[in-house]
Amino acid sequence: MPEKNGGSEEGRSSGPRPFWSGTLAFGLVSVPVRLFSASRSSGPSLRMVADDGTPLSQRYVCPREEEPVSADEIVRGYEIGDGEWITVTDEELESLEPEKAREIDLRRFVPLSELDPAFFDRAYFLVPAEGATKAYRLLVSVMEETERAGIATFVMRGREHLVAILAEDGFLRAETMRFHDEVRTAETVGLPDPHEVDDKTTARLMRAIEKRSRASIDREELEDTQARALESLVARKRKKGKDVVDLPEDAREDPSGTRIVDLIEVLKRSLAEEEDTRETDGGGSGGGDKEREGKDGDGARATEGSASGDLEGRTRAELYERAKSLEIPGRSSMSKKELVEALERAS
Amino acid sequence: MAARAMWKGVLDLDEGIPVKLYSAVEDRKVHFRLLHEKDHVPLRREMINPVTGEAVAYQEAKRGWETEDGRLVVLAEDELESLEPEPSRTIEVLRFVEPGTLSHLWYDRPYYLGPDGHDEAWSALAEALRRTGREGVVRWVMRKKPYVGALRLHGNVPMLLTLRHAGQVVEASNLDAPSGRELEEREMDMARKLLQMLEGTFDPEEWEDTYQARVRELVEAKATGRTISLREYKKRRDEGESLEKALEASLQQAGGRRSA
Repeated sequence: MPEKNGGSEEGRSSGPRPFWSGTLAFGLVSVPVRLFSASRSSGPSLRMVADDGTPLSQRYVCPREEEPVSADEIVRGYEIGDGEWITVTDEELESLEPEKAREIDLRRFVPLSELDPAFFDRAYFLVPAEGATKAYRLLVSVMEETERAGIATFVMRGREHLVAILAEDGFLRAETMRFHDEVRTAETVGLPDPHEVDDKTTARLMRAIEKRSRASIDREELEDTQARALESLVARKRKKGKDVVDLPEDAREDPSGTRIVDLIEVLKRSLAEEEDTRETDGGGSGGGDKEREGKDGDGARATEGSASGDLEGRTRAELYERAKSLEIPGRSSMSKKELVEALERAS
Repeated sequence: MAARAMWKGVLDLDEGIPVKLYSAVEDRKVHFRLLHEKDHVPLRREMINPVTGEAVAYQEAKRGWETEDGRLVVLAEDELESLEPEPSRTIEVLRFVEPGTLSHLWYDRPYYLGPDGHDEAWSALAEALRRTGREGVVRWVMRKKPYVGALRLHGNVPMLLTLRHAGQVVEASNLDAPSGRELEEREMDMARKLLQMLEGTFDPEEWEDTYQARVRELVEAKATGRTISLREYKKRRDEGESLEKALEASLQQAGGRRSA
């Protein structure tokens, strides 16, 4: 039984598939869009293993009986007093979820300067769906010009999110925001008010700031040095074959999905798909077929389709599933690359 | 109620400014525990070796890195420890930049920076940040992990926002934005008007986490033995035909709504 808290469980994967697709409503104009995460995990998380490399599994134990408890004997509880609990069922929690809605309704626009980045939680790019490019661009240019952001709520994965829609570099971006009761104020934290200070100290600090001022950021400084060090440690051990064990098929989690897939590539392909489509007025679903097979031919479709070109973008687990359905022999011992080759031969 | 500091150190700006770090976010979600159904005893989570069936203590477990080809590289504790940064109490300033240079996309979690002891130097820091208007890029080590953060003013107090790492952030400037024929001035005009009609201010307190509120309501109702009815949540649907018609209709609607 998975841990299920009142909280959102999103963001665990950063794969190439859109997190959400639906429409962005601006008055009665609706722009079909897809949401892609603007961030991804830095590297794979490490697994808990036994000395010999066997991945550990988890179980729940009743501390009174010191006996493992099976999933059907487990309930969710909330403590209301000392040792006194009420229980809730999954069905009850599900009934509290907002109704699935496929719309982000921009009913309010606010000056960008009113948005506080301390409230920002996660960022997503909004990519227009087929034929909606014009309405999308219209919204981008007007929002950029007026320096306004849209505020809305929308439902994603069973939760209602407060979101700010910002226009930047020709794109719309959604920033999910923390709710006001989740962000402390300086007052509730108990910070004092900065008081009047003598100009000498301030001037000294201003000079120190001035001295360290640069025109741009340096990406080197933003590198995850610890993750890079971990990667090279792993690479050294792999090369030497030290402490490397084979994982049984059923114990694999397949990290390739998060590690190899380049989100930028996926977004590029997703956008290229739009370029190939003839522009139509917003909201419409027709049009564009003639130019469909344009310049970017295969590989244009990042998420769907059966062309062999898109196999590369799939995770090993997905490829394996497909190989299984095609009964490709030896599939369990194949690497991702071998699976792609075998599937290409089989199709 | 004052919050507890989670870390303390010294910001190095030619002179040392003693500071304390406080989380600016608070978990307000209702959390449940897993219980044994028959006696409501909270369960303990335990790791086991599925081959031997033996329980393994957290401290005894090793870490494994799974490779793309279905193998696992086992890492010993001392190997992982060798990757940890040197412990340090210094917040090192890497550079200052003009606001806007560092996109919001980099921001991860916000922390308040409060004074540790005398608030003389801390007050001067707030004032210097205000007068220069600059934002700092700083780094420090907390809980055995290296952090890079943005140092900026939040209201009138300094704030540190941890930054995502390079490679974690997708920047729009790396992508070709959707393009096409030039937009018509007539449509731009209508869109501007519509946006103006929908203009307002952002007050975070107006927005409620309705799901959490309902979970809290459910829990409270059960605690007092009440039953609650589950509400219906209505959704709205609009269909646009052509962009221009939809804009026109929206303007009419928004205008009507306003005068109503």
